[in-house]
Amino acid sequence: MSRSIDRDNQRFRSIVRGKVRQNLRKYITNGEMIGRKGRELVSIPVPNIDIPHFRHGDKGSGGVGQGEGDVGQPVGGRPGDGDGKGQAGDQPGAHLREVEISLDELAQMLGEELELPNVQPKGAENLKSVKSKYNSIRQTGPNSLRHFKRTYKQALKRMIAAKEYDPRRPMILPNREDERFRSWNDVSLPVANAAIVYIMDVSGSMTDDQKDIVRTEAFWIDTWLRRQYDGLQRRYVVHDAVAHEVDEDTFYRIRESGGTRISSAYEKTVQILERDFPPADWNLYVFQFSDGDNWGDDTNRCNQLLTEYMLPICNLFCYGQVHSPYGSGEFIKKLQPLGEEWENLILSDIPDHDAIYDSIKLFLGTGR
Amino acid sequence: MSLGIARPLPQELVDVQAEMEALAAGYGLDFFETIFEMVDYEEMSMLAAYGGFPIRYPHWRFGAQYEELSRGYSYGLQKIYEMVINTDPCYAYLLNNNELVDQKLVIAHVYGHCDFFKCNAWFGGTNRRMLDQMANHAARVNRYIDRYGYEKVEEFIDACLSLEDLIDPHSVHIRRREESQTGPRSQLHRPSEEETSSGRFPSKNYMEEFINPPDVLRKQAEDKARKHRELSESRRFPDDPQRDVLLFLLEHAPLDEWQHDLLAIIRDEAYYFAPQGQTKIMNEGWASYWHSTLMTRHGLTDSELVCYAEHHSGTMASSPNRLNPYKLGIELFRDIEDRWNKGQFGPEWEQCDDLVAKEKWDRQVGLGREKIFEVRRIHNDLTFIDTFLTTDFCARQKMFSFAFNESAEQYEIASREFVQIKQQLLAALTNHGRPFIYLVDGNHKNRGELYLSHDYQGIELKQDEAHDTLINLHKLWSRPVHIETVVDDEPTVLSWDGHSHEVTQK
Repeated sequence: MSRSIDRDNQRFRSIVRGKVRQNLRKYITNGEMIGRKGRELVSIPVPNIDIPHFRHGDKGSGGVGQGEGDVGQPVGGRPGDGDGKGQAGDQPGAHLREVEISLDELAQMLGEELELPNVQPKGAENLKSVKSKYNSIRQTGPNSLRHFKRTYKQALKRMIAAKEYDPRRPMILPNREDERFRSWNDVSLPVANAAIVYIMDVSGSMTDDQKDIVRTEAFWIDTWLRRQYDGLQRRYVVHDAVAHEVDEDTFYRIRESGGTRISSAYEKTVQILERDFPPADWNLYVFQFSDGDNWGDDTNRCNQLLTEYMLPICNLFCYGQVHSPYGSGEFIKKLQPLGEEWENLILSDIPDHDAIYDSIKLFLGTGR
Repeated sequence: MSLGIARPLPQELVDVQAEMEALAAGYGLDFFETIFEMVDYEEMSMLAAYGGFPIRYPHWRFGAQYEELSRGYSYGLQKIYEMVINTDPCYAYLLNNNELVDQKLVIAHVYGHCDFFKCNAWFGGTNRRMLDQMANHAARVNRYIDRYGYEKVEEFIDACLSLEDLIDPHSVHIRRREESQTGPRSQLHRPSEEETSSGRFPSKNYMEEFINPPDVLRKQAEDKARKHRELSESRRFPDDPQRDVLLFLLEHAPLDEWQHDLLAIIRDEAYYFAPQGQTKIMNEGWASYWHSTLMTRHGLTDSELVCYAEHHSGTMASSPNRLNPYKLGIELFRDIEDRWNKGQFGPEWEQCDDLVAKEKWDRQVGLGREKIFEVRRIHNDLTFIDTFLTTDFCARQKMFSFAFNESAEQYEIASREFVQIKQQLLAALTNHGRPFIYLVDGNHKNRGELYLSHDYQGIELKQDEAHDTLINLHKLWSRPVHIETVVDDEPTVLSWDGHSHEVTQK
């Protein structure tokens, strides 16, 4: 039953979503919502949306309470909390409302905000997914699928044919043979699949702050690409002087030290791609994050792996360079000549959290 | 009138209701006919969001409230046991999955509320047909939405709601001014007497020069013109500061007909709900007093005792940062009953300094029950606390006052002294803890600007919110608006002219 409160509730939700949209840039850069991710929904803290009144501030205000305690002891909390009628406020920290938004919707907002083009997938004709469509009629089936109108018509026809129908007393009695049921056909739909490999440098020069940037950026890339593809596979590679494939959780938590050989990670990535994702069927994305510090002559090997293996088969190869207090930041310069040659190699410099926004736009703005 | 969603009571509750009604009436409670209906939690949340009424005009804040309530319930944080509205007949909603003992308690509690609604003087002016009135409001708002569009109407309602507490809750009981005969809007164009009479005496032609000497006439005319000028310069409009800002806006703001009607609706509802805000402690205390009396003396069976005790103590729980109105109310009513039973009142009691004698004071006058009925008839929270809060009571209830410590940025216990506690409590209850805002001038600087004044009592306004409220006020008044208040201990005027804020020290 549709109730009037549902309409009010819908309206309220759309106002809240408007707020989220307005502040999306803030949410993108501070990354606090990643920790709040469920399977399908993210909950986002939104400052309480309220109608303003002339009311008292904190200064000089107070109240009366009940209980033990000496003069000077803090009473804790804010007076009026939970009452709804007290002196409610919306100072930072207090009265935040959690809104749940589906990842899909979030991606849509992101797309609109960053003006991201939809991805043109490749290999769509290769993979099929089977879907049931209810578009036919059968004579048997469960009652839940009974097609009332068809059944009625059938019964009417039969009764008229059998001269049982009396127009003055138009009663229709369907029997077992008259019943019609909805039925389905299997329809195969072309589906584009995609795989992302995230590579992160976890050598000693990457600090927690840099990893946080990577985390935030990876979250948004995930969110966007998940909307673009039905099946999205993710792989994670961390490296210092050697590379390991790890799960998502480890990827964000691991802390290593030691030197840096980026080629080790590339080799690992090539292995993964060859093993799991034949390029003919998959849209492949590689996102690499590093502070740009690499071991001496290793860069040549990297160039070779990129040009020979990865760039020809990947939709996108994105390299994001974060600034660490220790890194030299050389690597991005070394890649620059390649970037001019290959359209699908995107390079982005991410000095701080604020740059995440533009970096995402750069990475995903190509529509590949 | 059927609410469409509710189900009738099952037989066992019909019996409980009959029993409780008879008991309540036996104790002298006086209530309108009370109709109970069963609702599930979703419906209860909806009713609560709507302030107890099944039909309200569409507005997002009801949706927000609803979401909070229904989510709070599904997380197990809160539960509304009942909802009762001040109408005749009185409607009360019961939650359908309450246990029987809870339902008994709640029904007893509801009869307390119903009696209070009917008998308390502060509810005397409320519209007892509010159920119809609310539905009527909803229909009107829906009509405007159809005609002018949802967002336009919503934006205007938001602006009105921002000002909804700028009413004069006492005006229901006092006549502040003569009702204008000719309708509100014509006041602006009242022709003044000075303009019509010229000061000339009737005379024959040949005597004209002597009876009405030209120079005297001229002088008189000049005097009059000057006086008139001075008067109009010094005169503010309205003559005296006015608390009912909404009424002033209704009469003088340049509103379209539909806007005028929406504002009138908001004001109507604000006045209807005002007494409930004024009597929260008394109302809940009174209802709790009666559920406790009816249940413990009559309603309870042995097996229900523990459930009852748990429910009752849950309702009475107090916390350091929030005074529980149920608890304070019931304890104060009991204290009054006890004192008047023992004769602990009057000059003799007040002047007695002997603590031991006071401790044992019992004149066996037995006036307690009679006294609390009188109290529930004539008092509101403010006068209730002012008249009956005693030093003993504060100490027994372990009450304290707390204040905001600016350096620590938190609320701390400030005092356990009776005087401070009482002062703090009265301050919090005065005008429902809201600032006093007066409308001072509707023609500020002779430029049609609106000038409000905050009667500063030691607590400053929340500035950001005051700014937003001014913006909303401007939407109605459409000329620059100002409010005089105190910011950082300096008298200050906050202004909004439609484009920018201005903060000027006076």
